[in-house]
Amino acid sequence: MEIIEDKPEKAILLLGNEAITRGALEGGIDVATTYPGTPSSEIADTFSAIAKYLKKNGKKPNFHFEYSINEKVALEMAAAASFSGLRALTCMKHVGLNVASDALMTYLYVGCKGGHIIVTADDPYCHSSQNEQDNRYFALFGSAPMLEPSSPQEAKEMTRIGFKISEELKQPLLFRTTTRLNHARGPITLKKLEKTRGKGYFEKDPMLVTVPSTARANHYDLLKKMDQAEKISEKSPFNEIITTGETNEIGIVTSGVSFNYVKEAVEDLETSAKILKLGMTHPLPRKMCEKLIKSCKEIIIVEELEPILENQFKVMAYDLGSNVKIFGKSTGHFSRLYEYNPYIVTDAISKILGIKNPISNPTGYKIKLPSRPPALCPGCPHRATYFAVKKASPKNTVYPTDIGCYTLGKEPPLEVADLLLCMGANAGIACGLSVSTDQKIISFMGDSTFFHSGIPPIIDAVHHNHDVVITILDNRTTAMTGHQPNPGTDFDGMGRPAKRIHVEDVAKGCGVEHIEVTNPSDIKETTQVFKRALEFHGPAVVVSKSPCILLENRAKRKTGKKIPTYEIDQDKCKHCKTCIGQFGCPAFYYAEDESIHIDELQCNGCGDCVQICPFDSISKKEEKTDEK
Amino acid sequence: MKSKTNIVLTGVGGQGVITASNILGKATVNAEMNVYASEVHGMAQRGGSVICCVRIGDVFGPLIASGTADAIISTEPIEALRYIQYSSKKTKIITDINPIIPFTVAVGGEEYPSLDEVFKEIKSRAKLYKIDALKIARDSGAIITKNIVILGALAAAEILPFKYNILLDTILDNVPEKYRRINERAFRGGMDSIQSP
Repeated sequence: MEIIEDKPEKAILLLGNEAITRGALEGGIDVATTYPGTPSSEIADTFSAIAKYLKKNGKKPNFHFEYSINEKVALEMAAAASFSGLRALTCMKHVGLNVASDALMTYLYVGCKGGHIIVTADDPYCHSSQNEQDNRYFALFGSAPMLEPSSPQEAKEMTRIGFKISEELKQPLLFRTTTRLNHARGPITLKKLEKTRGKGYFEKDPMLVTVPSTARANHYDLLKKMDQAEKISEKSPFNEIITTGETNEIGIVTSGVSFNYVKEAVEDLETSAKILKLGMTHPLPRKMCEKLIKSCKEIIIVEELEPILENQFKVMAYDLGSNVKIFGKSTGHFSRLYEYNPYIVTDAISKILGIKNPISNPTGYKIKLPSRPPALCPGCPHRATYFAVKKASPKNTVYPTDIGCYTLGKEPPLEVADLLLCMGANAGIACGLSVSTDQKIISFMGDSTFFHSGIPPIIDAVHHNHDVVITILDNRTTAMTGHQPNPGTDFDGMGRPAKRIHVEDVAKGCGVEHIEVTNPSDIKETTQVFKRALEFHGPAVVVSKSPCILLENRAKRKTGKKIPTYEIDQDKCKHCKTCIGQFGCPAFYYAEDESIHIDELQCNGCGDCVQICPFDSISKKEEKTDEK
Repeated sequence: MKSKTNIVLTGVGGQGVITASNILGKATVNAEMNVYASEVHGMAQRGGSVICCVRIGDVFGPLIASGTADAIISTEPIEALRYIQYSSKKTKIITDINPIIPFTVAVGGEEYPSLDEVFKEIKSRAKLYKIDALKIARDSGAIITKNIVILGALAAAEILPFKYNILLDTILDNVPEKYRRINERAFRGGMDSIQSP
């Protein structure tokens, strides 16, 4: 396995996320924790793959890794490791830090012992997220030192060195990435793997107990630590002023992936500038920033999302009494929305400097193309559940939903997603709706979301006897983020056997009186299950259990089992369009003569459509065994 | 003189576009050249439109600027057109000719355009190479080697700054022993399909 090779100076191609994992290994990681979330998932998945690989080869990994139940638990686990003197890493997507923030804000007061890096993977443009919040605010909010890599190679180095910075400051570090870094792939030059510590020791210290008197003292210490952090920032190899071409009085301040676009823009525009490239972005290296302000007449700030550097530069310029002109979001040259790209950055800089932009305006296609949004996979068991729910429920039923593959039930023809906020919110929203309207409420969450934060609102529903149906779509995996295990699986992230916790047992323990477990591939029975749940007064829980078809088929391919495919008997088909207009499996399509067919390349062989055709026109075809 | 090669890879989630991008990146490292690639993971992979960028040589960032792609390779015809903003007159566009109809056509009443129209527009903007990658993949022994067919076509289209065998060897190094022959057939089939534009 290339990523664990102890071969200094060797160059290997790694994803930004894999580079972070490698950096952690080079830094002697002891404990790594996560809750999976795109774009951060592969950091943890790489730890998981390494642990499994070593296990398979009869070796023990020298780190502990786990997919924790949620981000808050992941952070608490790793903080405890740090308190015990071990090196720790916690990774999550940006909204995961919201969940972990209760622990984070006071953890920053207490500080850490072993180096602890907390990766927050932001997602400008919401490639796979419900918002594009800028987590650099957390660094300012909680006084956390922050690192922001601009390339996979730098991400690896920052992780390695980050542990040392964290230990020097006795402060956990926020490590902020964006999708374009997480999912960028580049050559990484390896360094030596540092030894790990094995077990640590927890030294008791009254300052770790944050009663008001210690909290007040801790806050004072925190501000002192941030003064020290500024000195580190000043000397950090990750912060530097790069002068390109002839010296002039134009400065460009940038961080993260935007640095790449700036470098390319300056080259393409054949201009010169003093580029302040910031890798440690909180606290800023004040002296270095002031030096730039004093030596420039114009400063351009290039940062995605919020004007965080821009506002800090304005404050510094004001304090210096400088007349430097600062260009950025407030001057309308850059947007607070979405992700930047080489065109956006080059175009804005060219306009500010009055140079012609050599990159052509992006002009798209002229003819109309059909959209191709992501959809529930052919054969996905959620489709059968949703079809049954629609059959069982009255028209104005409200369907609060949650974060996972099943959110894709939003699309027509199913349209079983009316409200979505965050992980676990479906059931809380269901409770709120039940007291606010007389409409029927059926909410949905996946098994992983149930364990993450879906249980407390169920207890709330039971205690207050809210009239809701809460559905757990139990496919025994965390599918959307890459099929990670969760407490409902019988193995853990290190590939070890683990105690499986059944959703229905937890619901029973919460006091739910009406619980039914159904297999959605029996659509008729599942419809009846939902009808009974709707008739029940008080909270009802339906556990719709069927494994993810992608995992099913992967297992079938591995063991040489055939995956069936289905076909439509054109003589029997009456064009009622139930299959397309109500079930909506992407494998169905209209031929040019309007006849309906099943695309054998897309069909995953679940056979659910056999049950929904009112004219029995669908049946099993020959078998397909395609694989690599 | 600085040298850059920009390649856009597109297709439908689940068709091996990301795998192709990863293999191309690995081949570049094997050719001892610099590479920077960008991928799409997560939700977009569920049957959605997928785009990856692979940049080779003196490049800094992971993304390709509009109008600067040397090649766009696609496992589906309308997906090649969807990302046409990356092309210029010099760009070589290699695409499979077999449509994958998005569900928005059947369910949402959207229309899949005629392939003649799609190819006409691509031709008006860039150099088009149409290949029946699905057939070549099927003939090679597995339809899921369609992405490898497309990589073979790319290798024959005089775009890559390294020899085709480096790419082929990288592919073969990355598949299990028993599937090597199928993948090699798919790759060579793709190469042969590119003889005449």
